[in-house]
Amino acid sequence: MSETAEHTGHHIDVKEFHPRAQAAIHDPKIRKNFRSAMDGLMSKRKTAFEGWDLETLRDLGANVRLRALANLPDLLEQLEKKLTENGIKVHWAVDGDEACRIVRDICKARDAKTVIKGKSMVSEEMELNHYLEEQGIEALESDLGEYIVQLADETPSHIIMPAIHKNTGEISQLLHDKTGTDLSNDVEYLTASARLQLREKFMNADVGVSGVNFAVAETGTLCLVENEGNGRMTTTVPKCHIAVTGIEKVVSSMEDVSALLALLTRSATGQHITTYFNMISGPRKAEELDGPEEVHLVLVDNGRSSIYQDDELLDTLRCIRCGACMNHCPVYTRVGGHAYGTTYPGPIGKILMPHLIGLDEGRHLPSASSLCGACGEVCPVKIPIPDLLVRLRQESVDGDKLHPAKVRGHGAKRSSMEAMIWKGWAWMHASPGIYRFGTGAASKFRALQPSKAGAWTDYRTAPKLAAKTLHQRMKERGQ
Amino acid sequence: MSSRETILQRLRNRTGGELTVPECDFSVLVRDDWSTKERIERFEKMIESVHGEVHHCTEDMWMDRLAELLNTRGARNLLIPKQHEIGQALRDAGRDDLPELLIYDEPIESWQAHLFNEVDASITSTRGGIAETGSLILWPNNDEPRLMSLVPPVHIAVLKASELYTTFHEAMKAQNWAAGMPTNALLISGPSKTADIEQTLAYGVHGPKELIVLIIE
Amino acid sequence: MVDPIKVYPAKPAKVYFYGTCLVDMFYPDAGIAGVELLEREGIEVLFPQNQTCCGQPAYTSGYHDQARSVARAQLDLFPGDWPIVVPSGSCGGMMRKHYPDLFKDTTEEVKAAEVAGRVWELTDFLLNVCHIKLEDLGEPTTVAMHTSCSARREMGVAEVGPKLLGQLKNVNLVEQVRPEECCGFGGTFAVRHPEISGAMVSEKVDALVDTGTKQFVTTDCGCLMNIAGYAEKNQKPVEGQHILSFLWARTQSKGGQQS
Repeated sequence: MSETAEHTGHHIDVKEFHPRAQAAIHDPKIRKNFRSAMDGLMSKRKTAFEGWDLETLRDLGANVRLRALANLPDLLEQLEKKLTENGIKVHWAVDGDEACRIVRDICKARDAKTVIKGKSMVSEEMELNHYLEEQGIEALESDLGEYIVQLADETPSHIIMPAIHKNTGEISQLLHDKTGTDLSNDVEYLTASARLQLREKFMNADVGVSGVNFAVAETGTLCLVENEGNGRMTTTVPKCHIAVTGIEKVVSSMEDVSALLALLTRSATGQHITTYFNMISGPRKAEELDGPEEVHLVLVDNGRSSIYQDDELLDTLRCIRCGACMNHCPVYTRVGGHAYGTTYPGPIGKILMPHLIGLDEGRHLPSASSLCGACGEVCPVKIPIPDLLVRLRQESVDGDKLHPAKVRGHGAKRSSMEAMIWKGWAWMHASPGIYRFGTGAASKFRALQPSKAGAWTDYRTAPKLAAKTLHQRMKERGQ
Repeated sequence: MSSRETILQRLRNRTGGELTVPECDFSVLVRDDWSTKERIERFEKMIESVHGEVHHCTEDMWMDRLAELLNTRGARNLLIPKQHEIGQALRDAGRDDLPELLIYDEPIESWQAHLFNEVDASITSTRGGIAETGSLILWPNNDEPRLMSLVPPVHIAVLKASELYTTFHEAMKAQNWAAGMPTNALLISGPSKTADIEQTLAYGVHGPKELIVLIIE
Repeated sequence: MVDPIKVYPAKPAKVYFYGTCLVDMFYPDAGIAGVELLEREGIEVLFPQNQTCCGQPAYTSGYHDQARSVARAQLDLFPGDWPIVVPSGSCGGMMRKHYPDLFKDTTEEVKAAEVAGRVWELTDFLLNVCHIKLEDLGEPTTVAMHTSCSARREMGVAEVGPKLLGQLKNVNLVEQVRPEECCGFGGTFAVRHPEISGAMVSEKVDALVDTGTKQFVTTDCGCLMNIAGYAEKNQKPVEGQHILSFLWARTQSKGGQQS
């Protein structure tokens, strides 16, 4: 970032992953909420793709994203040109702070006091709400899950279902405490009361801020995917609509969108399509009777152009933010979204956040994976997430002289002790005679094997050395 | 240097060099040519699976069905388009079994509170539908503005069976969306809903609680 | 994970047997069972005595220089053009999938790719190259199967274990809930993130116990020492063995007997 952050927002120490993960694991409520939610999402996804040639569809998704990335600067310029022709004003921000300032300036120019927000992960990345509050502008989330999380003064624990960590009882208590709603376990009642409160806010908000799922260069169209209708309210009712998005969200055509949309909603929530697919290509025209008078798009870089430099890391930018990787992640399922302490949790967070916050701050993220590959298997655009995790592990210990590390903060996890252990290990395993002697001796003196082996034996017994190694037994067989 | 130039320059001068552009084969999105009957069946199945309602109608009787639907719901009024044939027909019919007919012919600023608080139902046309996902295509305009299909608790949409496409890909190609899009276009696939409270579905969270489709065959 | 479509070779006269370090030190019976099964299929087994470890522990820990030096020492072990069989999806995946990446832009690039192309997970090889027909000689029993994540996703052999077990007429294969979920091993992950790994393996053991079976088999010794080690420490009524040990024992005189 080029200048010091103007606002601090909520600062969570990402490095404190272990204590947070441990706390989550020992919290039966967290365990139960995430397990049952993720089980449901996995089974819905499976059903939603029945009858599809899923591999071919995923190949298409991957190619559409790769093609867009290959043409990224051209597409951004085409998008800007089309949007401008359509009457949408385009802004560029190198980082989150600049994006915040752009939003503030638009608000100030309109003398705006209140902002209503549709769901936008990029605005979470920018910590926009806190920034606007500091500037004296009220920013209220309108997606029900985001609204709940905001009332609780928390951050989303899932990119699609922000309040997945809370159960009905907690939400009822929260709404009661903060808004005076009656205590109830009736979800319909709770939803209806939120509707009433938020309708007032929509009518009175000066500015609506939303995210973007796809920005279409060919037609100059901003596409938003949602179920609630709050996104449509946010982008239609206030006189000014500001969309914020990452620079990687641009695609070339509506045809590209038709492929990605088929993948996105099915991967995310197992829906064939969401209730609303909202395509915005301009502000209200003179003869129109509703819609915002002004529409802005803020294109946010915030580390993305750095990711773009490297052929392998580039794949991170294919992401369409469906959340399927977290739904299928056995680690995420156990620890929940807050343990990560990052805007984007789960597998995508582990490969994306180190670029946004640096590998020093995010050093524990790439290692918090068993590399089981479930994320890569379900990714609708075939991001090789496990390979990228291994790459970032290498970067975090500066482990490859042939391919020097590039990511900001690389090498932060390297310890001379660990490096020495691996050097010793490599020396032994690259010398067959020494290896055979060592393993043979270990077998021979296996009675001396300690029954404790660090963290391993906190949960398990130690594996027992065999009386003879396979090498010895094969030799005895004459092989 | 402006942020725009900084970003574009970084992207253009990528250290990894030029990227290869892969071929994109969209044929996986093309579905077998379903018959009109199959399309209607699929559309109905899909939209009902997300809590939408479908009524099969003809040019002669859709208004009877509409009146019935509004009466059972006790709707006091119905927001209709001014110029579209649906609105014209309703006004010309002069029926006494229909509720008060409202027209959205003023800018939202002059009647926002009324729209939000007093309108019970709306009826709009569609630019066709998508069978595979159970979706309606709407291009709001000054006759049928954006909020018509969003704010009232009941949204009734009229869909001609002959305008039902198989997939979004087909619809978008057939209607040549690449040539230009309106200020706002929508796919609507069911009533507004949320599962944000413990994954329990609740309808009508911000938009309509009910979506009723009259298919004209 | 973009994998080329597998093209199985014709059944060869010989194979190289790559035992893996875990089998070598902790589960040599599983290795011997694999050798016996191959020999019964009429294949001569070549065991290069200079083999050590595929290099994966260092690779997944990010120490690629060290992984490369260990992997380099394995590249010369297979001079003939015989297939290389591995009783592990994990080590097989390292060699087949990651060796080409690890040696990219080095003088060993061609050789590494050539070796990688000859690597087969052993149960896959028995079923789809040897077309093995197993005759079950054991008493009726029930068993659950845990296919390792790398066997399932890197080597693409999720169907193989159940098919082999399906050939055994007295074996009732039961399926635990979430069979495709990781057991929590993940190599150094188990010691770097012990609580998360512990939570994962405890649920895996519960799932296995809930099937009512007293035993499970698996393709990989990492999963085996994790799952069986947890069950043993926490006195859960389930024991495990490598699928090769199980298959060999079932097809030798009275079932359950092992060398």
